[in-house]
Amino acid sequence: MAVVIDKEKCVGCRACLGSCPFDAIEMAGGAAYITDKCTGCGACVEACPVEAIYRTDEQKKEEVSLDAYKGVWVFAEQRDGKVMNIAFELLGEGKKLAQALGVELSAVLIGDKVEGGAKELFAYGADVVYLAEDPELKVYRTESYASVLSDLIKAYKPEVILIGATNIGRDLGPRVAARIKTGLTADCTELGIDTEQRLLLQTRPAFGGNIMATILCPNTRPQMATVRPGVMKKMAPAAGRSGKVIRVQYKSGMDKIRTIVKDVVREAGRLVNLEEAQIIVSGGRGVGGPEGFAVIEQVAKKLGGVVGASRGAVDAGWIANSHQVGQTGKTVHPKLYIACGISGAIQHVAGMQNSGLIVAINKNPAAPIFKIADYGIAGDLHQVLPLFLEALEEKDNGKQGLAV
Amino acid sequence: MKIIVCIKQVPNTNEVKLDPKTGTLIREGVPSIINPDDKNALEAALAIKEQQGAEVIVLSMGPPQADYAIREALAMGADEGILLSDRAFAGADTWATSCALAAAIKKTGEFDLVFCGRQAIDGDTAQVGPEIAEILDLPQVTYVRKIASINKEKIVVERALEDGYEVIETEMPAVLTAVKELNQPRYPSASGIVNAFEKIIPVWGAADIGVSPDKVGLNGSPTQVKRTFTPPVKGAGRMLSGTLQEAVQTLVQELNAKHVI
Amino acid sequence: MDFVLTPQQEMFRTLFKEFADKEVAPIAAEIDESGEFPLDTVKKMAKLGFMGLPFPREYGGAGADTFTYIIAVEELSRACASTGVILSAHVSLGGQLIYQFGSAAQKEKYLKPMAEGKLLGAFGLTEPNAGTDASNQQTVAVLDKDEYVINGSKIFITNGGYADVYIIMAMTDRSKGLKGISAFIVEKGTPGFSFGPKENKMGIRASSTTELIFQDCRIPKENILGKEGDGFKIAMQTLDGGRIGIGAQALGIAQAALDEAVRYSKERQQFNKAIGTFQAIQWMIADMATEIDAARLLVYRAAWLKDQKKPFGKEAAMAKLFASETAMRAALKAVQIHGGYGFMKDYKVERLMRDAKITEIYEGTSEVQRMVIAAATLK
Repeated sequence: MAVVIDKEKCVGCRACLGSCPFDAIEMAGGAAYITDKCTGCGACVEACPVEAIYRTDEQKKEEVSLDAYKGVWVFAEQRDGKVMNIAFELLGEGKKLAQALGVELSAVLIGDKVEGGAKELFAYGADVVYLAEDPELKVYRTESYASVLSDLIKAYKPEVILIGATNIGRDLGPRVAARIKTGLTADCTELGIDTEQRLLLQTRPAFGGNIMATILCPNTRPQMATVRPGVMKKMAPAAGRSGKVIRVQYKSGMDKIRTIVKDVVREAGRLVNLEEAQIIVSGGRGVGGPEGFAVIEQVAKKLGGVVGASRGAVDAGWIANSHQVGQTGKTVHPKLYIACGISGAIQHVAGMQNSGLIVAINKNPAAPIFKIADYGIAGDLHQVLPLFLEALEEKDNGKQGLAV
Repeated sequence: MKIIVCIKQVPNTNEVKLDPKTGTLIREGVPSIINPDDKNALEAALAIKEQQGAEVIVLSMGPPQADYAIREALAMGADEGILLSDRAFAGADTWATSCALAAAIKKTGEFDLVFCGRQAIDGDTAQVGPEIAEILDLPQVTYVRKIASINKEKIVVERALEDGYEVIETEMPAVLTAVKELNQPRYPSASGIVNAFEKIIPVWGAADIGVSPDKVGLNGSPTQVKRTFTPPVKGAGRMLSGTLQEAVQTLVQELNAKHVI
Repeated sequence: MDFVLTPQQEMFRTLFKEFADKEVAPIAAEIDESGEFPLDTVKKMAKLGFMGLPFPREYGGAGADTFTYIIAVEELSRACASTGVILSAHVSLGGQLIYQFGSAAQKEKYLKPMAEGKLLGAFGLTEPNAGTDASNQQTVAVLDKDEYVINGSKIFITNGGYADVYIIMAMTDRSKGLKGISAFIVEKGTPGFSFGPKENKMGIRASSTTELIFQDCRIPKENILGKEGDGFKIAMQTLDGGRIGIGAQALGIAQAALDEAVRYSKERQQFNKAIGTFQAIQWMIADMATEIDAARLLVYRAAWLKDQKKPFGKEAAMAKLFASETAMRAALKAVQIHGGYGFMKDYKVERLMRDAKITEIYEGTSEVQRMVIAAATLK
């Protein structure tokens, strides 16, 4: 697909130059032209006020028989024998895609003595579970898992595969995509189906979250996508729901595995589970220092929530980066997000804008965070939060008074 | 030991802003930098060079102006730099990029290690490192946050997990991707900068690395961009007025009424 | 005429800016308050090759040019004027002097380690009774067989006490007046060479300013620079170059003042508006920005002339004169824009105002610069 500027129609207004995320438009002789940096995204098509820009659809390069590929798969990531929540979230989304395509939803479960996880996968929507068990598969390693998944793909030909964008998923996904020589789109925030062409519409942020792009993988299969934890919603589990288990034999040593996992260390300190938190109280540069986070923690504790942080606070060394929310941190969607002393730069907002309710507290009434907050208080968080704590106390006491 | 470091020149996306009126990116005045994770990879390679001797070669695929990023790497201490630049490479997705980089790496001859940054701050995919590893049929370790030991036969590293880390030993040659926690990249020295601008950076095109144009660039990309748009902005709510005390009271009432607390 | 930096100069500027932001700025307020000399910073700068930026590689330098070195002084001074002048005095008044007037042996013995940052340099001309009237040297040097014996004192010497290498002027033949002054290299630790206490200054407080005291200080006769009688000429030519350095320091201070003023004008709200929307503030900002740009062009042009090996004395004087007076005006305006907050030590502009003043005084007062410019113009 190419994007072309009709020189005759172009009036030289330069509106398209600013719209291009790749700097691929330049001016010559009073008219705009597209350079080789163009990726065909089409952002300029919409920006042109005189409709001088259009796309040309090129012939498909090869006639590839993609009809043989059917089915939506989810890689069910497991750690220490426990299926991770991301797998269920992906099944929830996968179900919608499978229904739109009229196909089965399957899960791929790889590990050692993990068969018990199949029940959960069925409960959360899988129709089929491909199960590969072997002591050598107990702990994730790139080569063994990539082998199993690639062989499964070659044998059973799914048209869509979803993988969690976790440290494991982002290691496995590209390795498999490269082995199969197919396309992979990372960190999708939205998925859809073009039922006519049986195409997966993969939408993801780019440029640090400043723009969104919808990606297609038209000529190869499977269409692979990774999705971050906390973005998709899992279905309500239907206990007792069952499905088919297809066992796959892992030939031990079938590929020489060149990597050894010598140790797995869980680091001390609470596991900060931001992605599943329902209430998050976050601190940014306005907190002022590591001691300043004490009041943030108090509020989080009072509300039964988790402490988050902006990149500014993490980079300043005031709090560990496991608390970071944002484009380079975690994506969250709690029902309540309280941003304290956070300015609201796009990189942070990108990580929390899908929260149910957003409350912002900031000294600067012009801070961008207020543009996306449902409730805003212009004030010093170190004054506001203690008052907030008091008010919460009163409310709880009041409630207790009314309880019978 | 010979270490190849893949770097990418990216706009500093932390400084990219949206024009509030048109909703489009303002890219003027946004400086181009070496992708931060790539700098960590480079620093690790330079540290190995200092400790046990190594030749550090920096490779980058990009438009002609990306040679400035390669010079920055040379100024920090890399021995050689190579720029992959060709109209045929333009518009590449991660697969096509990996194909080109892998072909270039092969062309440099025998090597011990390929070091990449985990992900670029403009694409944010973290795919190129593992894809290069697959094409070169080499073991990979991603999210490397510490190098415990390294020699020509094997390397032992710590790989970051969400809640801790793994200690992984892998055979060499291998492909590693670096995360921020790995190290603190050094400043270039003054003489490093002067020397860097005296070096010649060869430019390799598709023909030089032996790939046909339909395997790279836009033509070689299995994924395509269908469209781009600015994310829907969540609308503003209300500012709570009055004294801080009053504002807080209102807030608690509202949150309570909505059963959020 | 090309007003654009080369890619190499751009890369240098990025390095200096990052270094200034990460290593220098965070401690600037603290060392201003305590007056502590930033030894660690100097070590870091030495390691990166800043201390020998414009000197050729054969003498241990980085092989860059004056222009690059000027950018370094500007960016360092933007973060901390004290750090800027430590570098400026060492390079322009110390290293440059030996580079231009030293013998091969002197360059090997002193310039090389200075350029590598192993030794710190200083320059001693000013005396209690010889400021603008620099020729009124009371310090004397008498040849005694293979040694010169120095008696006298210098005052207000930058890097005093911390520098290892001092180039000082002394009278060797009073009957010859100006042509009776000679230049000498004196090493710290030489018997008979001691320091007065660190001066307690209004500004650039982390820069160490002391008296140099010579009491029958004996130095090898090889330590004379050039020959007897060359001293005044050496001093004046060295100061020409030093002026560009101070111009760059003043430029850095002025730029910092503008940056602070702009930031504050956008943040501070009065009457429900950012004060930057009021014309009174806008005009102050406009004047600051214009003068700083003009100062920058003058300083850069002087550096360029020196790199081109063209005469630059008048232009260097213009640059130093204009940049220093601009820095003072900009700092004053910046404090004014900050209102009451500008008077508090918590705010950077308070320090900028105290730092700016000295740039109008040392390395030739503004009055001296005017004399130099007038003399060159009325020729």
